[in-house]
Amino acid sequence: MKILVCLTKAPDTTTKISFTENDSKLNEAGVQWIINPYDEWYSLVRALELKEAGIATDVHIISVGKADVEPIIRKALAIGGDEAIRIDADSNDSFFIASQIAEYAKANQYELVMTGKESIDYNNSSIGAMIAELLDRPFISHVLNFNIQNGETTSVREIEGGEETDTCPLPLVISCQKGLAEQRIPNMRGIMASRTKPLKVVPASNSEPLTEIISYEMPPQKSGVKMISPDNVDELVKLLHEEAKVI
Amino acid sequence: MILVFVEQNNGTFKKASQEIISYAAAIGKQTSQPTAAIVLGEANNLEALGNYGVQKVFHVNDTRLNQLDSKAYTKAIVQITQEQNAGAIIFSNNSTSKAVAPRVSAKLKAGLVVGAVSLPDENFIVKKSVFSGKAFAKMKINSPIKIIALNPNSYSIQKSADNAEVIAQNINFDNTDFTVKVQSTNKVQGIVPLSEAELVVSGGRGMKGPENWNILEDLATTIGATLACSRPVADSHWRPHHEHVGQTGGTIRPNLYIAVGISGAIQHLAGVNSSKTIVVINKDPEAPFFKAADYGILGDAFEVVPKFTEALKKYKASHSS
Repeated sequence: MKILVCLTKAPDTTTKISFTENDSKLNEAGVQWIINPYDEWYSLVRALELKEAGIATDVHIISVGKADVEPIIRKALAIGGDEAIRIDADSNDSFFIASQIAEYAKANQYELVMTGKESIDYNNSSIGAMIAELLDRPFISHVLNFNIQNGETTSVREIEGGEETDTCPLPLVISCQKGLAEQRIPNMRGIMASRTKPLKVVPASNSEPLTEIISYEMPPQKSGVKMISPDNVDELVKLLHEEAKVI
Repeated sequence: MILVFVEQNNGTFKKASQEIISYAAAIGKQTSQPTAAIVLGEANNLEALGNYGVQKVFHVNDTRLNQLDSKAYTKAIVQITQEQNAGAIIFSNNSTSKAVAPRVSAKLKAGLVVGAVSLPDENFIVKKSVFSGKAFAKMKINSPIKIIALNPNSYSIQKSADNAEVIAQNINFDNTDFTVKVQSTNKVQGIVPLSEAELVVSGGRGMKGPENWNILEDLATTIGATLACSRPVADSHWRPHHEHVGQTGGTIRPNLYIAVGISGAIQHLAGVNSSKTIVVINKDPEAPFFKAADYGILGDAFEVVPKFTEALKKYKASHSS
């Protein structure tokens, strides 16, 4: 069984976000790029565990991006993917990205396609479900626990205020939520091996983006904190009722 | 026509559903189009959806749709959209829509905005949350059909006495449309899910250990709030992962967020800074969270929180009599 793990780059979680060119572009100065945490810590690691358990034969990594995503692809290979594919295009439109990955997945027969539950930059949470539709496959989102037995998958997925356990045959697309696996740090052997693992660059196919970002803005600043004495909690209750009107 | 996908929950319609119907109806009004709801699976009292602004309800009364299968849901929504020649589809940004809206988008080649926080303008530019709450983007949908998934607690409910016309809708399903089998569902009863909660009480490392959570539970129970926590708390298994709010946890926007013993790292603030009112209780005067708060108490959580809970109980008693 072959698994395709989808990765995207994202600004490190400690990044202070700011914008340039009239608030139309992310200010990338000083931004540290990482593998989107949901893609790396849960999706990729669970795929590797399935290979180690003898359930999967190959774990391939795919990312849509220009050459600047290669460092994160190499890192993923260091953690343990077998080979990687970079589709040479720069886009933040979910449909464009999903179309590129779906086309490659279709031509190369992956029984399982895995994504993170969302990227921490655009938070669209869309790529997995779109790939599933383009491949005409079932899709399970926000998977917390995932197993395969005799071609039948069992997923525990997160729902509002709880969990649901689903079974579904392969082929399948899933998106991975925190808790699915434990984070792994690449070791020296992995890092050395990643340098010679295949990283194939594939030209992007024609697909129209359906959305575009016109501009960005920062959330409104708080006007300043009103400090209340710890001996006067009644005052806080009164302010929450009369001023903030939230209780 | 503007369509809105509505989920029924044990015979009732959740606040988030009422919000999206009101939102869809406002777009309908803005663009002089009728608004209709799509309801899949067994449901009752659908006329009442008219209270929130839809004129019609397309109801696919098929028990196989009582549980989510994103392929089947997509087929139903796509068919209704095409038959009605609809121009927009509205979802609530929740776990069901995350599995369904992108599929519908890919099938119809209809641009999708996930995490919208306000109405689209006349050019269908929609403001949405990005960088997990650190910023907003204005996103333009270029396709003829537009799809929006609205964040919960982002639009106020408009209610009237109007009823909707319920139309029984038939979908041509075949066996390959249903592949996912739900084996079991495990829901915490009686607690509003974090994403929809109006009041949230959250604890951080300053709580020192899971055994101390009783004071936060008391506070939460007193005002009917949902519990949340910071990442170190979830990572140390003091609290379950689903309570984690922040950049790699849930992004929430309650009316009131009470943060106890949370310093306010940038990743945490990203997930909660859309809260309307933020109260910070912390003993460290340098805690960055105070800068993002509306009200702050500098003090020991183990002394302040029980006193605060008592004051709230007193307030509740005096206001309910």
